[in-house]
Amino acid sequence: MRQSISEHRFTDGQLNLRRFHQAQWDEPVIFELTEPGQRGVLPPETEVDIKEAVGDVLSTLPQGMRRTRPPALPEMSQVHVLRHFLRLSQENLGFDLNIDVGQGTCTMKYSPKVNDQLARLPGLSELHPLQDEETVQGILEVMYRFELMLREISGLDRFTFQPGAGSQAIYTCARIIRAFHASRGEASQRDEVITTIFSHPSDAACAKTAGYKVVTLYPDANGYPDLDALKAIVSERTAALMITNPEDTGIFNPRIAEFVETVHDAGGLCFYDQANANGILGITRARDAGFDMCHFNLHKTFSTPHGCGGPGGAAAGCTKALARFLPVPTVEQEGSRYFLDYDRPDSIGKVRSYYGVAPAVLKAYAWVMSLGADGLREVAEVAVLNNNYLLKRMLQVPGLRAPYAEGQHRIEQVRYSWAELCKETNVHSEDIGIRAADFGVHYWTSHHPFVVEEPMTLEPTESYSKADLDEYAAILEHVAQEARTAPDVLRKAPHNSTVHRVDPAMLDDPATWAVTWRAYLRKLGKNKLAPT
Amino acid sequence: MASDESIVYPYIPNSEPGVKRKMLAQIGVTSTEALYASIPNALRLNRRLDLPEALLSECALRKHVEEILSRNRNCNELLNFRGAGCYQHFVPAVCDEINGRSEFLTAYAGEPYEDHGRFQALFEYESMMGELVDMDVVNVPSYDGFQAAATSIRMASRITGRYEALVSAAVNPDKLSMIRGYCEPDISIKLLGFNPGDGQIDMDGLRAALSENAAAVYIENPSYLGVIQSQGANVAELVHRVGGVCIVGVNPSSLGVLAPPAHYGADIVCGDIQPLGMHMQFGGGQAGFIATRDDEQYVMQYPSRLFGIAPTSVPGEYGFGDVAYERTSFAHREEGREWVGTAAALWGITAAVYLALMGPRGMAELGEAIMQRSHYAASQLNAIRGVRAPALDSAFFSEFVVNFDGTGKPVSDVNKALLDTGIFGGKDITNEFPGLGNNALYCVTELHNKADLDRLAAAVEEAVQ
Repeated sequence: MRQSISEHRFTDGQLNLRRFHQAQWDEPVIFELTEPGQRGVLPPETEVDIKEAVGDVLSTLPQGMRRTRPPALPEMSQVHVLRHFLRLSQENLGFDLNIDVGQGTCTMKYSPKVNDQLARLPGLSELHPLQDEETVQGILEVMYRFELMLREISGLDRFTFQPGAGSQAIYTCARIIRAFHASRGEASQRDEVITTIFSHPSDAACAKTAGYKVVTLYPDANGYPDLDALKAIVSERTAALMITNPEDTGIFNPRIAEFVETVHDAGGLCFYDQANANGILGITRARDAGFDMCHFNLHKTFSTPHGCGGPGGAAAGCTKALARFLPVPTVEQEGSRYFLDYDRPDSIGKVRSYYGVAPAVLKAYAWVMSLGADGLREVAEVAVLNNNYLLKRMLQVPGLRAPYAEGQHRIEQVRYSWAELCKETNVHSEDIGIRAADFGVHYWTSHHPFVVEEPMTLEPTESYSKADLDEYAAILEHVAQEARTAPDVLRKAPHNSTVHRVDPAMLDDPATWAVTWRAYLRKLGKNKLAPT
Repeated sequence: MASDESIVYPYIPNSEPGVKRKMLAQIGVTSTEALYASIPNALRLNRRLDLPEALLSECALRKHVEEILSRNRNCNELLNFRGAGCYQHFVPAVCDEINGRSEFLTAYAGEPYEDHGRFQALFEYESMMGELVDMDVVNVPSYDGFQAAATSIRMASRITGRYEALVSAAVNPDKLSMIRGYCEPDISIKLLGFNPGDGQIDMDGLRAALSENAAAVYIENPSYLGVIQSQGANVAELVHRVGGVCIVGVNPSSLGVLAPPAHYGADIVCGDIQPLGMHMQFGGGQAGFIATRDDEQYVMQYPSRLFGIAPTSVPGEYGFGDVAYERTSFAHREEGREWVGTAAALWGITAAVYLALMGPRGMAELGEAIMQRSHYAASQLNAIRGVRAPALDSAFFSEFVVNFDGTGKPVSDVNKALLDTGIFGGKDITNEFPGLGNNALYCVTELHNKADLDRLAAAVEEAVQ
């Protein structure tokens, strides 16, 4: 008898949800895999002639400086090390395997494989950062050319790629703010930085680390940062405004130029956190709203991979007037030669070693080259198209709302609220996220504090297809339905993931927390890890 | 709509005009322009960005980038003796295999469920680094060794409630610049001198400078100048006597043979893990670590994420999560400790692979192999008329200062001549430490064999003629 297989994949004409199960290796902690005497790799042996010439080098070590007990690292054969970490990799989804729209604010997009391969070529991977300039002309040219691109994309005049990632770029700009005011003798007078609650936590935290008091603006009833509130707090103490736009709600503040003007009038500077630039590439620029500085995350907007949390890459930019404060060195061109300029007496100095994450700069450069002006604009437009398509779809889910600016289109992301569903079912956003893992997708609630109750931030970048968005929406729709019909299934999730619900109690108790295996063994002993 | 609709971009599935129309219709608009209604015209660019023409095919793109990179000359082609914070070590194939996996490479801030793997891998990284430094707490990597040192000092300040730190003058001047800038708002940095003859810490100077205002003393072992400090225990004792914190920066690849600083009294140990399996990448392979004992007072001052082990609802199953998350800026914005964000997690996973491959014997053999080669190189250079190596009369690990005063040639000339023969000579540090003379900082690793080192000596001899 001939049977259709595919027809059973549909119910009422709709594709069924995926019957997903993630790899579940129940993998031991690596120390449990140790086999005394095994070796994973052998360091190159020293030639006999050298050994004879130098004798016992270890005896040259001063008293007390020689290690007496070898480090208690695992002892494993090479294939067992490989197998262990391959299994752990299978217990990780990453962008490439999942529809990663649930990591809002982070611009999860496709990192083209060709760019990863190019960055692994010895022409970059085997460059020492202190080589003679004449031997690194290629990578300096990439940095120089990418800076020209960012000048055009932002309208600002100079960039540095020295910061290791976005937050360090924000910090770099906070330091430039400090240096600027110091140059005018106002460093101690101007001790406040203003930000908004829907700007990234690092806008507040980096300003604080750079020595500022932080003043946080909350949204007005429509979700916009409150201009009247800003006017009430700017003063001769204002060093700067550090703000995102569109904010993490996906709402673009149309009065941003007035915010900038207000702060400028009070003598402050304005920094534009462009973590959310993906939807506005080629549409509006930092310069157009009057900003003095901005930053981009190369691992967000410019496609470089996120690496489980870095290495990322960042660009911090500023106007000509502030360029003298940028970290050293800058990359300059003279004729056909590129060089590193350290002769910058007003510079804030170093914020990171060397010149930042060079492979990220190369990948970002290659990504822009692969798209050009029209392609970048297409990135922005499709990111916004995807977001508004998903918004329309999600608002049909009972119990879900998109607070603020109702009825309006959003830019590249939306901060939703499950508050209604939670009230009805006592199922929380976090539970929904954990249950979503059972269907093979990642979901993150949102940054703290939860100004939007029971939040969820979805950012469907240009990398997803319509089918991807439909699938993600269908998963959340299904989970929301479960909250009503089978709340226990949700609360006990995940069921099809790598592990089951984690009991976090021991993570906050100094008597039980264990950041290393040795600490765990000391505190709880082997085989004592039981549910509390 | 500025875009040419005839182009379907391979990285942008919904750039296909048919699907785009369908989606616009479902939103209820006729063009993407309508979706930008909230952006006032005054803020619009209203022109095409002026960027280089796109290289639409992958083939053309690859050719273009390969052509630019071919203008570099790399350390596989030339013989390299530069270190100074970024080191050319052997990178086992399995390190590249694991950090190239899509699952790790493209993940981000996943939860302990669908991204359980990264939590476990980073917990194991923390655990293996913990064994290497013999301490119970290690962070998920920060940006680099500079950041790790600067944050260690700020941690010490918060722990002690004091606002002065003594920092060894024998540190990388770039690192010192970063530390000064990072600590400036709260903490004054005082420099701790060293003896010009042997590079050892000036203990009398330390005694004189130490007071109950000192939050911390920061030294490095080996120092930037390659010197192994013999006074570590005495430094720690003096700092502790005034209630300060002893911070020691280390090169982790030395810890198979050198004593972990915790054994001579360090409270915080920090450094850069780039030597543990990362290619140099023009400085892109750096990542910082901070280690302490498991003391609440210390743990609560880390800004970084700390992944810890925890039970799940299934007996015997390992789960993971954030330890003391409430410390962080993710939890409390400016009320958290400094800040936390994307830094260098993938290099932590890579270092975990590296340490598991090396094992205890591998790290010990590596340390000895490096020392044998560096000592051989120094003795060969020292045999050259007018050249002194090591110029500082102390034990050393992989790096050492070479003095060229007796040759009458500046390091810059020597290095130029070496480059002509295909050698990157040691970093010219003449201007960084003018009091020490005309010096280069040489770095020798396990990658160098006898032929390489003999070639270096012959080329230097030729260059100083």
